[in-house]
Amino acid sequence: MSLSSKHLLGLRNTPREDIELIIDTAKTFREVLERPIKKVPTLTGKTVVNLFFENSTRTRISFELAQKRLSADTINFSTSTSSTKKGETFKDTIKNIEAMKIDMIVVRHQSAGVPDFLTRISNANIINAGDGRHEHPTQALLDFFSIEEKLGKLSGKNVCIVGDVSHSRVALSNIFGLQTLGANVSVCGPATMIPRNIEKLGVKIYQKVEDAIRRNDVLNVLRIQLEREAGGGIPNVNEYHKYFGITSERLEKYNPEIVILHPGPINRGVEITSEVADGPYQLILEQVTNGVAIRMAILYLLGTHPN
Amino acid sequence: MKYLLKNLQIIDPTLHINQISDIIIENGIIKKIAENINPSDDVKTIEFEKTICTLGFFDMHVHLREPGYEQAETIKTGSDAAAEGGFTAIACMPNTNPTIDTSEVVESILKKSENHIVNVFPIGAVTKGRKGESLSPIYEMHESGAVGFSDDGVAVKTANMVKLALEYSKLIGTPLIEHCEDESLFGGSINEGTISTELGLPPIPSVAEELTIARDILLAQYTQGKLHIAHISTKNSVDLVRNAKAKGLNVTAEVTPHHFSLTENSLRSYDTNYKMNPPLRTEEDVEAIIEGLIDGTIDVIASDHAPHAQEDKEVEFVQAPNGIIGLETEVGLALSELYNKKKLSIEQIIEKLAINPRQILNIEIPQIKIGNKAEFTFLIPDKIWAVNLSQSKSKSKNSPFDKKLLTGKAIGIFNNSKLYLNGEYV
Ligand SMILES: [Zn+2]
Repeated sequence: MSLSSKHLLGLRNTPREDIELIIDTAKTFREVLERPIKKVPTLTGKTVVNLFFENSTRTRISFELAQKRLSADTINFSTSTSSTKKGETFKDTIKNIEAMKIDMIVVRHQSAGVPDFLTRISNANIINAGDGRHEHPTQALLDFFSIEEKLGKLSGKNVCIVGDVSHSRVALSNIFGLQTLGANVSVCGPATMIPRNIEKLGVKIYQKVEDAIRRNDVLNVLRIQLEREAGGGIPNVNEYHKYFGITSERLEKYNPEIVILHPGPINRGVEITSEVADGPYQLILEQVTNGVAIRMAILYLLGTHPN
Repeated sequence: MKYLLKNLQIIDPTLHINQISDIIIENGIIKKIAENINPSDDVKTIEFEKTICTLGFFDMHVHLREPGYEQAETIKTGSDAAAEGGFTAIACMPNTNPTIDTSEVVESILKKSENHIVNVFPIGAVTKGRKGESLSPIYEMHESGAVGFSDDGVAVKTANMVKLALEYSKLIGTPLIEHCEDESLFGGSINEGTISTELGLPPIPSVAEELTIARDILLAQYTQGKLHIAHISTKNSVDLVRNAKAKGLNVTAEVTPHHFSLTENSLRSYDTNYKMNPPLRTEEDVEAIIEGLIDGTIDVIASDHAPHAQEDKEVEFVQAPNGIIGLETEVGLALSELYNKKKLSIEQIIEKLAINPRQILNIEIPQIKIGNKAEFTFLIPDKIWAVNLSQSKSKSKNSPFDKKLLTGKAIGIFNNSKLYLNGEYV
């Protein structure tokens, strides 16, 4: 069994069989992670570059750990050590890295479309670790893995993404992937945080968070970016919390069965209270462990891809 | 030098001429128009086939990049591209470095364009440095040869400055050419809508353009000034201009070939050659634009020829500069998408590519009659050809139309006593 593409750029065009294969493979690796010796020799001799043009410690560590568990050689390249600051073009940077005979690139960049661009200038397998506000497929896949572990197959489930959907890279990957798996996807947040025409992607919009809680099996709660406050979508985080925050009172009142996901890092007391973040509804730490397993699965499936 | 051009379909809508004739040109002047003129030894004779000879085409929105950005284009290479594309004259935008905001810069551009087959008409900046703070010396620049004024690249910053510019330019009758875009709504990369949502690219709302057009039309009404809207791109914008014209205001508009032939759907590939400003819009917008071309709301087709060096365009999408080259594909796209699809007649095409731009800029129309300067564009409206960027005369190759098959081509021009035909001077 192999994936239909040699890259993982996003979930927009990723077929159901591929998503299922990744999740099934992740289940196997999840077992490896429970063993006393957590390392397998699967990718011995393969070189993976973690190309992070934007700081994201969590995602990078998760990928790095996944690579080490698979015995791949890992190089970390982040903006602080990059030559792009010295005026070298992005393309030159990639050409230079590629000349070192690498096999895979894991890329995180603040601009949407950079992973697509990379496939045009590099022969390596490209894994998107987040591009602008576009996609973050590995995060979405670990979300799906975590939900299915808890609730069974996603088909027919109702999942709502709550928060700043406009500036989120997690939201789109979730939307595309969940729809492929047959789930019903909705979003909830102030209209300033909901991108235009999202309903044309088959996504329902909830204006009120109470309705979103009542009508869904899962809430995927997005981080409210404190630094973007000034730019506009909300007047302040207190008001956001008051009208959209996920609190135990709301959950208990409207849907005590609901499952809560959060891609992290959490702004406690803003989009979610500590009580919820640490309470029985959440799968947040589960997501972190599953993240390593999902990334191992993707690295394995692409690293052994027949191209 | 004496030329005999044989078997041409001469079309001059201003004189209501549409006839097959031969033409004799001597020292750049039309000497004779008649059927079956016999060749003689002292005359260079060219036999044409299925070719229209019409008023030389004029592109009123070109970025020549010189002075300042010669790695992307020069006055020479841009003019060469214009000749190849079938234009005898172009107007160049002032967002150069230095900005065209003094008569010295105007004069130096005119000097550098001397002796070329293509005439260059500079557009001066409305405000000093295009900063929107104070008027540039519009009268002086006009006297030196500037034919219109624009802060293109951005809109004139404040309503007050637009008002001043519309009032001040009345004395000389030049248009204020506006790049309409509200600054506070700008900052994105592609049209706001389904595609921007799907691609996660920062959006530009269509209302950013419409709001500025509405502002400028109201000011044109208030001042009774002369306003030209550059590169119109949305349905609402077309409606705004149509209403302004119905009120009898002195408002005109232009559209680029990419805005009548492409939609935002092309952006799914993240190819930076589809990144322009204004951005590619929806199918509904394209339909409204074609409607506007048909009913005369949109007066002019202009390329917004915007050369960028390859290394500048071959970057992350958000970082890539806006715009594409267009001089060499413009006539082909107009003939393919508008004439051959039976949206516009050949006379309407000629109006939008030769007559209206000159009228807006107060430039004499080179009518095809004996005694006039010979300034022609030669067209084969059913010629099928493929765009080949590697052969482009422009110094830059940023175009999404490479390898595209087009129907209809400008095969050459005659101007300034020179004949350029099928890629060479004859
Ligand atoms: Zn412009």
